[in-house]
Amino acid sequence: MVEFLNFTFEGLSAGMIYAAIGLSLVLIWRGTRVLNYAQGAMAMFTSYMALLVINATGNYWLGFAVALASGLVIGAVVERVVIRQVTGKPPLNAVIVSIGLLIGLEGLAGLLFSSNNRSFPPAYSINGLSIGSVALGITWNDVFTAVAVLAAAGVFAAVFRYTSVGLRLRATAFSPAVARLLGVRVGRMLTLGWALAGLLGALAGMLVTPSTFLSPNSMDVIFVLGFTAAVIGGLESPAGAVAGGLILGVVLSYAGGYLNSQVVNLFGLAALLLVLMLRPNGLFSSAPARRV
Amino acid sequence: MSESATLIIEDVAAGYGAVQVLKGVSVTAPAGTITAVLGANGAGKTTLLRAIDGSVRPRRGRILLSGTDVAGRRPEDVARAGIAHVPEGQGVITELTVAENLQLGLLLRSRADRKGALEEIYQRFAILADRRNRAAGTLSGGERQMLVIARALATAPRVLLLDEPSLGLAPKVVSNVLQLIRGLRDEAGLTIVLVEQNARSALAIADTGIVLNLGAVVASAPAAALAADDALRRHYLGF
Repeated sequence: MVEFLNFTFEGLSAGMIYAAIGLSLVLIWRGTRVLNYAQGAMAMFTSYMALLVINATGNYWLGFAVALASGLVIGAVVERVVIRQVTGKPPLNAVIVSIGLLIGLEGLAGLLFSSNNRSFPPAYSINGLSIGSVALGITWNDVFTAVAVLAAAGVFAAVFRYTSVGLRLRATAFSPAVARLLGVRVGRMLTLGWALAGLLGALAGMLVTPSTFLSPNSMDVIFVLGFTAAVIGGLESPAGAVAGGLILGVVLSYAGGYLNSQVVNLFGLAALLLVLMLRPNGLFSSAPARRV
Repeated sequence: MSESATLIIEDVAAGYGAVQVLKGVSVTAPAGTITAVLGANGAGKTTLLRAIDGSVRPRRGRILLSGTDVAGRRPEDVARAGIAHVPEGQGVITELTVAENLQLGLLLRSRADRKGALEEIYQRFAILADRRNRAAGTLSGGERQMLVIARALATAPRVLLLDEPSLGLAPKVVSNVLQLIRGLRDEAGLTIVLVEQNARSALAIADTGIVLNLGAVVASAPAAALAADDALRRHYLGF
């Protein structure tokens, strides 16, 4: 029973990371109909930025802020400079460009920072929490991870729902041509959407990297799992991405705990395939057809 | 409602790729009047509206809004200058609620204006007030047409471009929409450019009209004169 609880908590904690990556992918997909394969690599890059600052100043939170800020900037620059060129072109163009960006960023990181694994500091203690003598299998850092992701998701949901910039972002995502006729500066909204997604990705990078080490490829697997989370949620739905991340985290945690820790990534990929084959619109969608 | 403006289109040419659709079109829509733009399918009516709103960049010519040339500006900037285009067909954002569609239009007004303007719209369009919290996708065709017109009014336009507002609507609803358009001129003093296939009903409410054929103006006259011209009706208007 204790073991089951431990696996569940560990899974939820890991699932929060997948949820954050999944959310950032949904944000971009809804806004620009691009699946950003470089989302993980962008988060890797911002984590390096944070590590530089942390090593230079000894201040974790300064590094944290730098990661989020550079996530915003990288997201905006990528949209404005790279993605803007392929909007309105066949979807394959954007796929190729974002894979190119992934390879480019990982290569650049290797050049700048070397490809060695670097250890990365957590925000809070990684000593296991326990109630009395019963270990819970989670740490204060896991609690922070959950709070940070849920808070980010909550803030994003509120901005989209209740602010005028959120209304402009949604209108741009649903119907850019109509939004334009109503005076919405659609180009700016697209840039803003990518910037916000870059920020979410940077947050995920800061939260996950303490447990994976940092290297140019360190976000690859996390990206695939985050993508799986988004697909489980139907790729359209922010709430679906969060739910998808948590489901995936828990399932993988049971698989690793009860079967074999070597099969976790294999299970992740199998989950992606299964969802794509059986419920291509996500587990929660009621509408059978995805809008084109 | 902000004060209306005269829209003068001077020798505008526009098209898509190698296809030249408009071959030097000139129209004047005086402030506070309805100008009907008539002609068969493919005459260039919709392209004319798209050239005015900036979705299609004119290759030559000027588009003067109260004397300011807006030709070549992007659609969002033309909208901000005070030209509201109600495109043909489904211009509602179906995923947003009725209220959100309207609020999107209101964003072009100052913050202080928005609440009063929304109340005014709900008074004019009672059906939208009833449905304000429903997704716009659940509205009927006639209700959607009301919503896109109301949303255009929410932007406080000086000129309203309407593309086939009666298309696909039941006859009873068509007459409601035409009444509404007439009311916008008479009560709000809006300058309206009305593109219609249904020439007879457009001329019934318009002050002046032009007839387009193959991208050129073949007739330009007061609405009553166009309606009375038998040869023109037979050749270009089909009634």
